[in-house]
Amino acid sequence: MPTQEEIFEKIRVALVDALGVDDDEVTPEATLVGDLGAESIDFLDIVFRLEKAFDMSIPRGELFPEDILTNAEYIKDGKLTEAGLDEVRKRMPFADLEEFAKNPVVGDFGNLLTVADMCRFVETKLSSAG
Amino acid sequence: MRWYWIDRFIEFESGRRAKAVKAVSLAEEHLHDHFPEYPVMPHTLIIEGVAQTGGLLVAEHNAFAEKVILAKVSQAEFNGEAMPGDILTYTTDVEYIKKDGAMVVGTVHRGQELFGQMELVFAHLQTGHETRTLYEPQTFLKMMRMLGAYDIGHADDGSPLVEPAEMFD
Repeated sequence: MPTQEEIFEKIRVALVDALGVDDDEVTPEATLVGDLGAESIDFLDIVFRLEKAFDMSIPRGELFPEDILTNAEYIKDGKLTEAGLDEVRKRMPFADLEEFAKNPVVGDFGNLLTVADMCRFVETKLSSAG
Repeated sequence: MRWYWIDRFIEFESGRRAKAVKAVSLAEEHLHDHFPEYPVMPHTLIIEGVAQTGGLLVAEHNAFAEKVILAKVSQAEFNGEAMPGDILTYTTDVEYIKKDGAMVVGTVHRGQELFGQMELVFAHLQTGHETRTLYEPQTFLKMMRMLGAYDIGHADDGSPLVEPAEMFD
């Protein structure tokens, strides 16, 4: 099992390669979409690089549960419902959702994920696999 | 202007690797428009040629069931300019082909010289939709045929690549 620093370093390399950002832009607090400029297609690229770097399989929707955002059952007036938020909490235990939960506008969801969340995601997957 | 940026496949190994050549000719209009009186082939059109090489490789492996589009150029580096008379060889190797997309690593050689390299990400449009038309697969198939993929290509098991004749019906 790699250390937290090793996980962060590998994720940094993956993000630098996938997004063309500088090393020092990839900080734990940086958001993938807002700070690092990731677009939807980049997630395909990022997920592949993580799979390769950590020798793991990441099914679609596991890192970023985009299906919830297009599910009418979970959305009302452009915001996630309580049920939707519960679903997101269940699917993204690695992400800090409390700030978003105060005003869960769907359009802001994409900007939730931080580099630190991604590190926790990988750690959780590695520890459950090991 | 026809949007063909490769001239012929010289290697086509289903799901793994495709190689194509591009002969740069002064007869091509784009050489006269980029920098007047200094005919060089824009790198973007070289990337397009590598993307056509890799995109057809990905599409063929999916039996032309997906609409493969170039979604992202993750990286691209060139070491010079392509001039009229140059024969460029584009090699694309599959990194992965998944349900929602694919990635290939591409290189460009001029003779033995490594002239450029890149990483390309392709997306599959309308994955899972049952209502897609066959128009686009046929376009790809015709390109494959014209570029000689079925003359030199191999399937996964090493047998000769065969045209999916039923798709032309």
